[in-house]
Amino acid sequence: MATSPRATQQKFEPWTDPDAKPYVRIEKVTKKFGDFFAVDDVSLSIYKKEIFCLLGASGCGKTTLLRMLAGFERPTSGKIFIDGVDMTSIPPYERPVNMMFQSYAIFPHMTVEQNVAFGLKQERLQKDEIESRVNDMLNLVKLGQFAKRKPHQLSGGQRQRVALARSLVKKPKLLLLDEPLAALDKKLREHTQFELINIKETLGVTFVVVTHDQEEAMTLSTRIGLMNHGEIVQVGTPSEIYEYPSSRFVSEFIGSVNMFEGRLVEDEPSYVRIGCDDLEAPIYVDHGVSSAPGATIWAAIRPEKITISREKPDATDNWTAAVVQDIAYMGDMSIYLLRLDSGKVVRVTQPNIYRHADDRITWDERVFLQWYPESPVVVTK
Amino acid sequence: MKALLKRAGLQGRSVVAAVPYLWLLLFFLIPFVIVLKISFSSSLIAMPPYEPLLHWTGEKVLQIKLNLGNFAFLVEDNLYWKAYLNSIWVASVSTFFCLLLGYPIAYAIARSNPSARNILMLLIVLPFWTSFLLRVYAWIGILKNNGLLNNFLIWIGAIDQPIQMLQTDFAVYVGIVYSYLPFMILPLYANLEKMDLTLLEAAADLGCKPWQGFLKVTLPLSLPGVRAGCLLVFIPAVGEFVIPSLLGDPGMLMIGKVLWTEFFNNRDWPVASAVAIVLLLFLVIPMMYFQRAQDAEAGGVHR
Ligand SMILES: Nc1ncnc2c1ncn2[C@@H]1O[C@H](COP(=O)(O)OP(=O)(O)O)[C@@H](O)[C@H]1O
Ligand SMILES: [Mg+2]
Repeated sequence: MATSPRATQQKFEPWTDPDAKPYVRIEKVTKKFGDFFAVDDVSLSIYKKEIFCLLGASGCGKTTLLRMLAGFERPTSGKIFIDGVDMTSIPPYERPVNMMFQSYAIFPHMTVEQNVAFGLKQERLQKDEIESRVNDMLNLVKLGQFAKRKPHQLSGGQRQRVALARSLVKKPKLLLLDEPLAALDKKLREHTQFELINIKETLGVTFVVVTHDQEEAMTLSTRIGLMNHGEIVQVGTPSEIYEYPSSRFVSEFIGSVNMFEGRLVEDEPSYVRIGCDDLEAPIYVDHGVSSAPGATIWAAIRPEKITISREKPDATDNWTAAVVQDIAYMGDMSIYLLRLDSGKVVRVTQPNIYRHADDRITWDERVFLQWYPESPVVVTK
Repeated sequence: MKALLKRAGLQGRSVVAAVPYLWLLLFFLIPFVIVLKISFSSSLIAMPPYEPLLHWTGEKVLQIKLNLGNFAFLVEDNLYWKAYLNSIWVASVSTFFCLLLGYPIAYAIARSNPSARNILMLLIVLPFWTSFLLRVYAWIGILKNNGLLNNFLIWIGAIDQPIQMLQTDFAVYVGIVYSYLPFMILPLYANLEKMDLTLLEAAADLGCKPWQGFLKVTLPLSLPGVRAGCLLVFIPAVGEFVIPSLLGDPGMLMIGKVLWTEFFNNRDWPVASAVAIVLLLFLVIPMMYFQRAQDAEAGGVHR
């Protein structure tokens, strides 16, 4: 295998193929707790071998949606199909699905080995088959030497791997992970992310992963479903979500963004000009925008897509003046906080290309900010 | 004051740690030693009704007189053996029925709505607000030949002659199970209530039907509660005196009754003490053995 997992992943886009059959289909699923909509009219299609991330702030209904896939909660309305079969009222123990719990839920009275073998014993497999599959799985997650330990003798990272091994050993077609990496430190988390991608490639499992960590969702997933207040607000690849957010909420949730409020002053099919009170020049965008005339709209510009210079640009659009308020040196790049004349603070990041830069822009300098016509994303809600 | 304690080498923490030891010394070890001492002496018609162990002869000789006869007597007279065995049997059967009734009750309470749990547990301990003796007396009223139960059975036509229930073993079992059931339920409830329910979801996820999840996860995890409950019922039930006296056949052999007879009817304190010491050994040795086994299992590689 010469290709890295990421390289194969790039060409993997079943959702663009109209003939591809989704492996998991969630149809207009709603879950109410009393009067409260924990999941509100969600429809999703997830394809074989995807790593689909449900991303959203805490309490937005991710776990509830995942638990409905596993069968622990019944939807108030709507249907769930897995591999074309209606699973809506099938109990968890009859679904071809395994879940890794946020709390790991490892059986404390069993050894590592017994925990991993639990699901296979339930299937009444041959003793030596169970043994060899458990051994293989323990080696895969590098727990071979801990097979005889009890869970309370393991570290957090080891427990997490026991939980992963226990759900993987059943060779499920669909693996559900609820904040699988939340309890790990940064290094272990990155390592495990890579491991999950590897496992997906070697075992051909479809993953649905719940996370509130956007960085994790970006590195791990083939596609992200962004949730807010029980609804899916946007579905797309990490770069689609980042570069083409469909709303202010999405652009502000993923990464950081500068949001400029304004209204259309020129509305053509091939370009628009947006007048914005905070900026000295209008924003020019090189594509059309569908919006009611006079309505408030927003232009979102990412910090890395703005450049800083000392000379005043002689363009008519896409610039403004600012004063440097604060600089944070991060090594690979620097973060500038710049105050516009209106008082609004804009965030800009610049790569530190040169090692010594004596004439680097510094505190309290008056500078000019500029961006390209394709940089802003215009959103209407 | 603090400085004084410090100078004496006593710090707050060690004082606190010493309290339970002090308690055990005062109310367990010292009485035990006294009883042990009496069990080796001989009975006398005097006050107190036994000979001292140590005797100062006045010729610079300290005489120690150990009378092993009391223990020999227990072995020779098979009344005592029968009483011991019967007590252990009665206690075992009662413990079994307490577990059979108490587990489902504790389970149901632990799985009920959290707001209902405290009220249900209050109901379980409510009988403690009435005197134990009164509650056992109440059972006489229920079980006697023209008592509540017999009258009820006759009224619904299930029987036409009253059944002899009072002064039978059945009445003793009813009395013990009724009286000690809360001691089974309390530790079981405490155990079942703190169980992490996602473990059951994990079991279901791995292919367990609900009853399999119960057998493979809930039950093994509740064993410490089962053990605690069984000990809390079994130990006092072995030495039980009041219930067999009030509800049981007067001829029923129970070690608690034998003890009572030796002390108060025969005024033979040394034999009574020997009975108590042997009873204690019967209970303590298996318990220590169990505790060892349990510790070894829980400790694993950990130790
Ligand atoms: N069993 C339940 N009963 C009532 N409310 C619940 C229940 N489970 C979840 N909720 C509520 O539903 C919302 C979504 O919960 P959850 O799906 O756990 O969010 P997330 O995993 O995104 O943090 C939360 O506000 C939570 O309080
Ligand atoms: Mg959650």
